[in-house]
Amino acid sequence: MSEVAIKDITPGKAEMGKTRRPQSWWSLKKEAMKANKHAYVMLAPYMLLFGLFTVLPVVMSVLISFTYFNMLEFPRFIGWQNYSRLFLEDDIFLIAVKNTLLFAAITGPLSYVACFVFAWIINDLRPKLRAFMTLVFYAPSISGNIYFIWQMIFSGDRYGIANGFLIRWGILLEPIQWLKTEIYILAIIILVQLWLSLGTGFLAFIAGLQTVDKTLYEAGAVDGIKNRWQELWYITLPSMKPQLMFGAVIQLTTSFAVADVSIYLAGFPSVNYAAETIVTHLMDFGTIRFEMGFASAIATVLFTLMVGTNLIVQRMLRKVGG
Amino acid sequence: MNISFSLRKKKVNRSFFGNFSMFAFLAIVGAFMALPLVYAINAAFKPLDEIFIFPPTLFVRNPTLINFIDLASLLGNSWVPFTRYIFNTVFITGMGVVGHVLLASAAAFPLAKYHFPGKKIMFTIVVLALMFAPQVTAIPNYMIMSRLGMVDTYWAVIVPAFAFPLGLYLMKQFMEQIPDALIEASRIDGASDYRIFWQVVMPNVKPAWMTLIILLFQLLWGTDGNGFIYSEELKTLHFATNQIIQGGIARAGVGAAVALILMSVPITLFVFSQSRIIETMATSGMKD
Repeated sequence: MSEVAIKDITPGKAEMGKTRRPQSWWSLKKEAMKANKHAYVMLAPYMLLFGLFTVLPVVMSVLISFTYFNMLEFPRFIGWQNYSRLFLEDDIFLIAVKNTLLFAAITGPLSYVACFVFAWIINDLRPKLRAFMTLVFYAPSISGNIYFIWQMIFSGDRYGIANGFLIRWGILLEPIQWLKTEIYILAIIILVQLWLSLGTGFLAFIAGLQTVDKTLYEAGAVDGIKNRWQELWYITLPSMKPQLMFGAVIQLTTSFAVADVSIYLAGFPSVNYAAETIVTHLMDFGTIRFEMGFASAIATVLFTLMVGTNLIVQRMLRKVGG
Repeated sequence: MNISFSLRKKKVNRSFFGNFSMFAFLAIVGAFMALPLVYAINAAFKPLDEIFIFPPTLFVRNPTLINFIDLASLLGNSWVPFTRYIFNTVFITGMGVVGHVLLASAAAFPLAKYHFPGKKIMFTIVVLALMFAPQVTAIPNYMIMSRLGMVDTYWAVIVPAFAFPLGLYLMKQFMEQIPDALIEASRIDGASDYRIFWQVVMPNVKPAWMTLIILLFQLLWGTDGNGFIYSEELKTLHFATNQIIQGGIARAGVGAAVALILMSVPITLFVFSQSRIIETMATSGMKD
């Protein structure tokens, strides 16, 4: 039998081969593909759309970023010019990068920790109360983009809630133009972004905490774990590593994409570009000035920044708790 | 006995002071989270003179429906009837949700339960797609949409939502915990792979459906059309009402009424599906 096998390894025969014989890598793959035809059929509709609306745009964005393209003429290849202009000549882009990194550096880790800490405290509550508090913390992120409420709260006249209460308590004498003053704009956007940020990651943590093996805590108590902090560090966190990694991706990605809140609250463009982020800068060039090549370069920088940071954080988290 | 036992277990490693300060902290931050929503609900029922009262109040004193009536008449002035905006939002959300649950489940099943060439690379790309925000691809997406002739139709919002990566990811993770024996048994009974998917796997992943539904709701219910829709008769409720709110300070009450309408639907949905969503999220972890 093995004699026959050595003689022919034509792919055609290998496909039907139920007999065990050495096959080329490719014919093995082909056979596996044939056997799993239904898998490809089921994947096809999703993957087609995914490719069309997610993978292809990323590739296009990278390609267009090396061209001059105004949507009317055919794109013209200009090499690295868009990038050099972006980093060397465009001062507002540098403001946008600074703001984006500031938002990401504050809202990313802070919202991540907040998601975990609140999930952790809520997990200690009785089930009814737990469900209620979960709703209270999660509700802002699903309530359908109603952050314009914050516009009413921080409205610049005395009728705005923030001004009104601060004046009544005697902390302020004059109403503050919250959303027109550079120093407050950033703080308010960060606040609103944090308010919105207890979303999918938060739910993943709530769920993860409930799946931690309860007997581990009992065993830990026997082994001399003295307080909740030790319990958290030695038992809870290591047991939840997969959820912690998932949550990190979700929180980081949203923290880099701050734009809607900025546009709503601070206007577009904002006073002195105080709330300009990479995404709003991208929209400026992509949807107003129609410099598609340049806008694509911005998008590519943002893409690299997001994916790069995520991959680094994943690597770091993998090390936590050995 | 069981109950008292579990209660006592809970107390292990918990000091009273620690508990107290933790829950006080939770209550304060919880109040901060709820405040804007409470304010919106109250403002929606405030008459105009109460919205512009000094000092401002949080809770309504003389509740009225005037804001909702104003909203209806404001939108009634537009040449597109108010109900059309509601229909647009409901249609986009409904189609998007149904399509996504079907397509993402169909794709998640082979990724979770079969071994075939290309599986690993496909899933890796989906996970990578979680790592960047959709704004990155906005410009090429517009070009693709216009090439497909979908600009200024509902489909420009609906079809990309079908291939939302987070939904596929969560569904696949959840499906992995379905016992292989169940699938094996149905196969021995002679069921085809498609039949196993539809009649064995799908009924077993209902909690994950709810999760995908709420995620898509989050994505679509508050959408303003993502810049693809500009015909007045195709605009979403969110888009149309934003135009009203931009009308100025006197529209604050109407704005709150809109906020109340917009937020009540997804929140209600979450209240009823919370336990199933948590069940799905338990499998959301990233293994390496």
